[in-house]
Amino acid sequence: MKVLVPVKRVIDYNVKVRVKADGSGVDLANVKMSMNPFDEIAVEEAIRLKEAGKADEVVAVSVGVKQAQETLRTALAMGADRAILVVAADDVHNDIEPLAVAKILKGIVDEEQPGLVLCGKQAIDNDMNATGQMLSALLGWSQATFASEVDVDGDSAVVTREVDGGLQTIKVKMPSIVTVDLRLNEPRYASLPNIMKAKKKPLDEKTPADYGVDASPRLTVVSTKEPEARSAGIMVGSVDELVEKLKEAGAV
Amino acid sequence: MAVLLIADVNAGELSVDATAKAVSAAGALGDVTVLCVGANCKGAADEAAKIDGVAKVLCAEDAVLGHQMAEPAADLIVSLAGDYSHIAAPGTTDAKNIMPRVAALLDTQIISEVTAIVDGDTFERPIYAGNAIQTVKSGDATKVMTIRTAGFDAAGMGGSASVEAIGAPADPGLSSWVEDKVAESDRPELTSAGVVVSGGRGVGSEEDFALIEGLADKLNAAVGASRAAVDSGYAPNDWQVGQTGKVVAPDLYVAVGISGAIQHLAGMKDSKIIVAINKDEEAPIFQVADFGLVADLFDAVPELTSKLG
Repeated sequence: MKVLVPVKRVIDYNVKVRVKADGSGVDLANVKMSMNPFDEIAVEEAIRLKEAGKADEVVAVSVGVKQAQETLRTALAMGADRAILVVAADDVHNDIEPLAVAKILKGIVDEEQPGLVLCGKQAIDNDMNATGQMLSALLGWSQATFASEVDVDGDSAVVTREVDGGLQTIKVKMPSIVTVDLRLNEPRYASLPNIMKAKKKPLDEKTPADYGVDASPRLTVVSTKEPEARSAGIMVGSVDELVEKLKEAGAV
Repeated sequence: MAVLLIADVNAGELSVDATAKAVSAAGALGDVTVLCVGANCKGAADEAAKIDGVAKVLCAEDAVLGHQMAEPAADLIVSLAGDYSHIAAPGTTDAKNIMPRVAALLDTQIISEVTAIVDGDTFERPIYAGNAIQTVKSGDATKVMTIRTAGFDAAGMGGSASVEAIGAPADPGLSSWVEDKVAESDRPELTSAGVVVSGGRGVGSEEDFALIEGLADKLNAAVGASRAAVDSGYAPNDWQVGQTGKVVAPDLYVAVGISGAIQHLAGMKDSKIIVAINKDEEAPIFQVADFGLVADLFDAVPELTSKLG
């Protein structure tokens, strides 16, 4: 079975996000970028499937700016076998929407015929939580979102999902799209020899036009602003004072 | 303009709070038709009919729609979509599972976690874990969205809309439910509780979370947790408050041993009164707290529990 893993290049999760003064978006110039943390978990899970003999090839895909090849090299260094980069934007500030990404991924799935697509449940930049579900819809495949446990067995997979009420286990028919949540696994760090080896692994470059997809956005960004700051209140010196303040405020 | 609003139905029961808040948000967009989906959901549909501002309730009852599986639920919603300008749902994990599938089938870009409705095309939503708020205008013919309900007031329960039974789609045969592991609790539900007591990494262990639970029980509160506490195994995943967990806005939020990462603040900053207890006076949580107490939680929480009520 071939596993396809879409990965996104996003602002590093440790970087403090700054809104641009003109309100057009978030400043990404000269900012450290990394693989979306949820996607790292998806790559790790794909590699573990290969190590367990359940997958024979792991293909990483990214849709975005040319620099996303660094993100793909990270996936290759972790253990993916080859990579496909779809260059769909010149400017890092131009985010490709989930619908367009899903259409491009559908084109890749049609060519590659994977048995499983493993993706992060959401990207930490646009927080849409949509690409996996949209790809599943376009393919007419089953979907299992927010996975904390994945057990692939032949023509089906049993997936435990993190849901509002706790955990839900479902069984999906393969091929399937599984989107992964934080607690599925702990991604490995790439070793130096593997980083060197990754430089020689194949990385194909494509464009949305290769898949007949128009990647232009459906949503126009009207403005981007800082969230309303909540003003700090007062510090209390003791539990007694806290109880008194809460009673005054009618909170208890 | 007309809105199809997917109700939050769990095991046949309507989650009134989430649905009524979504109705009050969606009311700005046009007449609201509520859709209840489930193996048994007539009771939920009758309850939804009482929500003020609901024009009509559609009730789709069928075994294939039990457990809100995404594939048949999305097929059903798409089959109804032609009559509506907007399709919306409260931003539960069920809706996050189903609605992007609906959007893709309709060839529209979903608008996730809407926090404000500017007009029929224009919506506000948080991005970058709540570090920025973006206003987006959709050019799609049908708008598909999930609503982050915490910031909206619930509509009242004085309505009497009609309830219409509708058919279910064929089983696409793609996925099936196996089991739910739902923690049984007598405490209020986290997203609708008036008071929430949350613990963070500072609590230190699963056993010591009993301190948080003791304070919560004294306040008749729901229990929450930071991502760090959940990742460390101190608390179950369904307690997580934050951008990728639950978003809450209770009258009182007590954060214990929580540093206040932006990811967590995004999930609770709309609370009316925030109390923070942390031994680190530099913790960012104090910048959003109405009342801050620098103290060891192992001293302060038992003392607070005993001195309340």
